[in-house]
Amino acid sequence: MQVPATFEYERADSVPHAIALLERYGPEARIVAGGHSLIPMMKLRLAQPEALIDINGLAGELGRIAVEGGELAVGALVRHAELLESETATDLFPIFRDAERVIADPIVRNRGTVGGSLCQGDPSEDLPAVFAALRATAVIQGPGGLRAVPVREFHRGPYETAVEPNELLVQLRVPVTPGTGSAYEKVERRAGDWPVAAAGAVLTVADGVITQAGIGLTAVGAENFCAPEAERHLIGRPPAAEAFAEAGRIAAGHCEPHADQRGPADYKRHLAAELTRRALTRAAGRI
Amino acid sequence: MRITVTVNGQPHTRDVEPRLLLVHFLRDELDLTGTHWGCDTSNCGVCTVRLDGVPVKSCTVLAVMADGHEVTTVEGLERDGELDAVQKGFVECHGLQCGFCTPGMLLTARWLLDRDPDPDEGRIREAISGQLCRCTGYENIVRSIRWAAEQEARS
Ligand SMILES: Cc1cc2nc3c(=O)[nH]c(=O)nc-3n(C[C@H](O)[C@H](O)[C@H](O)COP(=O)(O)OP(=O)(O)OC[C@H]3O[C@@H](n4cnc5c(N)ncnc54)[C@H](O)[C@@H]3O)c2cc1C
Ligand code: FES
Ligand code: FES
Repeated sequence: MQVPATFEYERADSVPHAIALLERYGPEARIVAGGHSLIPMMKLRLAQPEALIDINGLAGELGRIAVEGGELAVGALVRHAELLESETATDLFPIFRDAERVIADPIVRNRGTVGGSLCQGDPSEDLPAVFAALRATAVIQGPGGLRAVPVREFHRGPYETAVEPNELLVQLRVPVTPGTGSAYEKVERRAGDWPVAAAGAVLTVADGVITQAGIGLTAVGAENFCAPEAERHLIGRPPAAEAFAEAGRIAAGHCEPHADQRGPADYKRHLAAELTRRALTRAAGRI
Repeated sequence: MRITVTVNGQPHTRDVEPRLLLVHFLRDELDLTGTHWGCDTSNCGVCTVRLDGVPVKSCTVLAVMADGHEVTTVEGLERDGELDAVQKGFVECHGLQCGFCTPGMLLTARWLLDRDPDPDEGRIREAISGQLCRCTGYENIVRSIRWAAEQEARS
């Protein structure tokens, strides 16, 4: 029987209260949202926080999905299942529907949160690649107030993010641009598993040429979960098969997959190219 | 920490350590051993219960997180001595083999039918994809859930 080591438990009743509790308990305290990454790690003693600050009571503050000021705002405590079921989010950005349908299983999706997915910082997590492709901004709150960090600068390394120990991720903001299509393609070993490799694509087209491209990659060692060289290749070109295949090749050339139980490095690099091509093709078809 | 959890309509108050998992609270504190426990990775789904109506894996929820909330376990499925339609379906269509995954399967099936009374095979398979059956009896489990859907449509 695996049980976590002992810890103190506190329930936050507001965001400022959560931050005050983080300050009181210091850097060995952790936020618990869905707990579906943190609690398994605590059971295996891979994580041993001295205190858990439970933010599950903050759905009013952190659980909203809304379009405001030309951006889609997704609260950190929005559950995977809620994002999947939100027509506001998935009609604007079908990439959310594609990705959420293949993240874990329906029961895990009932509990795991968007904020937890980003803060976990696992190099094979799906949502960082999705939000990187979308060029989203992370809104972080600390004792000094709010600050905004582009998601492409949010992940500092494996399991390391821009969120300081006394801060909380509160929201993700995605710019809404007319003429945009998006898609996500993932290969996993079995239903509900982390990806062997996955790619997300977001394309904006005006007057027959691509004016903005976002490519997110996961589990293949892409820096910041994105592929800027491949994105640059697409700008100014018509959205066509040849450009998409070349973007896939460029993206694959810049990633550094590691061989592990999910597959050898050359297979993952092949997937990076092919999944990028497919995601771009599907995104273009949705504009 | 003192917590009160309403389980199958009955409030229970206990002093627990924060590290106690909901699955152990149900099994060891309340003797509700219908909720099973089968992995350390939150993969198998045999521990599934409904928390405020929503199925969750109780091996990955702290008991203190259920304080003040409502839990339904497999023991809470029958009403007034009458088995739920999904329970009857598992009996009728031989969806129950060794029975280890069955409680989680039943609760997830009930949740699916509450939201979608007429699910096709694809929807059923998707809904139970978080519940692993070691007896690989998915064929009969899917049939059992369809049986329950048809039974409820008729009555
Ligand atoms: C069986 C299983 C399969 C899975 N499959 C996939 C998959 O295919 N793809 C995938 O991407 N993920 C997968 N996951 C992970 C799942 O998506 C997690 O729920 C998610 O990664 C973490 O969200 P959480 O809310 O549970 O976070 P928690 O476990 O509560 O927290 C994770 C980390 O983030 C921190 N944190 C959480 N919220 C905040 C916040 N608002 N501000 C600051 N820090 C915060 C916590 O302190 C902790 O360090 C799977 C999980 C399981 C159990
Ligand atoms: S015991 Fe396996 S998912 Fe809970
Ligand atoms: S009936 Fe044996 S594990 Fe499913």
